Amino acid sequence: MSEGRVYKGVAGIGAAVEGEALVAHDNFSARYDLDRIKGVFSRPSHKLCGENYVGKVLILNIAKGGVATAWMLREMTDRDMAPAALILNAANPIMAQGAAFANLPLIDRFDVDITSVIKTGEHVAVDPANAIVKVL
Amino acid sequence: MKLDDHEKAMLAGEEGPARRYAMEQIVRVGDFFGAERCVDVSQVHLMADPESLGEAGVAFLEGLAELPRDERRVRVPTVTDPRGVDFEAYKRLKQTDAMAGLERRAIAAFESFGVMMTDTCINYQTILPPVMGEHLAFGDTGSSIYANSVLGARTNFEGGPSALAAALAGRTAAYGLHLDEHRRGTSLFHVTARPEGLTEWGALGAIVGKAMSSYWDVPVVTGIEGAPTSDEIKQFGAALASFGSTPLFHMVGITPEAPDLKAVFDGDPPKPATMGAGDVADLIRSYTPADDTLHVVAFAGPQLSLVEMQMLAGLLEGRTLNKDVALLATTSPEIKSACDRMGLTAAIEGAGGVVLSGVCFYQMYAREIGEANGWKRLMSNSAKLVNILGGYGYEPVLGSMEQCVESAVQGRIVGVGS
Repeated sequence: MSEGRVYKGVAGIGAAVEGEALVAHDNFSARYDLDRIKGVFSRPSHKLCGENYVGKVLILNIAKGGVATAWMLREMTDRDMAPAALILNAANPIMAQGAAFANLPLIDRFDVDITSVIKTGEHVAVDPANAIVKVL
Repeated sequence: MKLDDHEKAMLAGEEGPARRYAMEQIVRVGDFFGAERCVDVSQVHLMADPESLGEAGVAFLEGLAELPRDERRVRVPTVTDPRGVDFEAYKRLKQTDAMAGLERRAIAAFESFGVMMTDTCINYQTILPPVMGEHLAFGDTGSSIYANSVLGARTNFEGGPSALAAALAGRTAAYGLHLDEHRRGTSLFHVTARPEGLTEWGALGAIVGKAMSSYWDVPVVTGIEGAPTSDEIKQFGAALASFGSTPLFHMVGITPEAPDLKAVFDGDPPKPATMGAGDVADLIRSYTPADDTLHVVAFAGPQLSLVEMQMLAGLLEGRTLNKDVALLATTSPEIKSACDRMGLTAAIEGAGGVVLSGVCFYQMYAREIGEANGWKRLMSNSAKLVNILGGYGYEPVLGSMEQCVESAVQGRIVGVGS
């Protein structure tokens, strides 16, 4: 049996997925923070500015910004330019609505600061039905 | 979630795939936030600009538009947030025919649902102001925070897919701001100097917004004596919602759910954070540019009210803008029509500015029009707008409406950072 670290959130949306983690304690908005055409973070003050997020399990602090993300996640998924999953300390309704519309895996509300316990580059399994993230 | 028979029937597809989609979306989101039931809504405000929708979103809407009429019509009055293309002006702004085409397809779909194309984020000032206690599905952070805070209505941020679901089902999931327990204060801010002018009100909202730790924070503000104007509290709320991503504030003695501190806190209020004139000045100064180069001045985010349009027209009357600087003012179709009638559009455009109808700067392919027009250094009096545009490749500068106009006339940034 694997001894991988397991973290439990409160709720999840979407299907199970595995991928490489991309982590920062910064917040997240698709409109405010991303160049969605190039698939990179573009907000200069964001710690991940310049980083490619496509296919990554994106682990960030909280959902911020406006309402556009609710449409944008599906638009990004449709072009195969989306992250594999979103793992947040706290989602907001917009992030949940966008994940539900896009079928993009989302989990939030962990009993630890999830951005401090998983490192960029680690391989993780995301299980939204059970609200579990496991480091493989 | 506990659903009634009608909700179960919609979820089972008995009223067609559009209402099944609506209930699936409502239940997925409701389950995520632990909602126990639905709540009827009386108005929907729908954000769906083509940049956010993309081809995927427009194709989704067109799929619903092909359904029989009685299966696709919205069940409560539904109005729209700003669109991405003003068909009268898009070529001047170097937007593409592809953008306009996507926009036309989206509009055709929405019209087939019975959505009213108001194309405004200031619907609470110009279309149908909500009433205290009214449950809504509002889809713009600025319209949501104004409706919740200033008017005492109840809405979460309902992004386009969920606002459309609410419109089709006539209801939304009862979580968050629909419930009393999420409308209680969680943090306290004491203001020692009343902001002066729209920009300072926005800056104060930005400072409070930056201190928010999540959507569920409800800031309470004390120290404001006497009511702000509708536009001042609009700028405050829009900036707070943009920087903080929070949908509700209370201003003691001003907003309807906060006659006093006891009304908004259970037990003793938390220790207040104090904010003074220096904090507001610091926030504005944080957008000071490296040099005085200026490419574009944008009045947007939120769209301008009739009163703001009159202020702008007054500042521009008889003046001539520098030929190398663009000045754009965005407002709603209703207010644009009033401005045409009252000579305000003529005053702004006579000076060389452009009045745009039914759009907002950050919702109209801001990155692409910036690149196409060579706009990088942007000046605005909106704290919300400068917050958003940093991620779109601009170097935004925050100044008063007077400083913005004077800079556009002189062709270089003047008056800020001192």
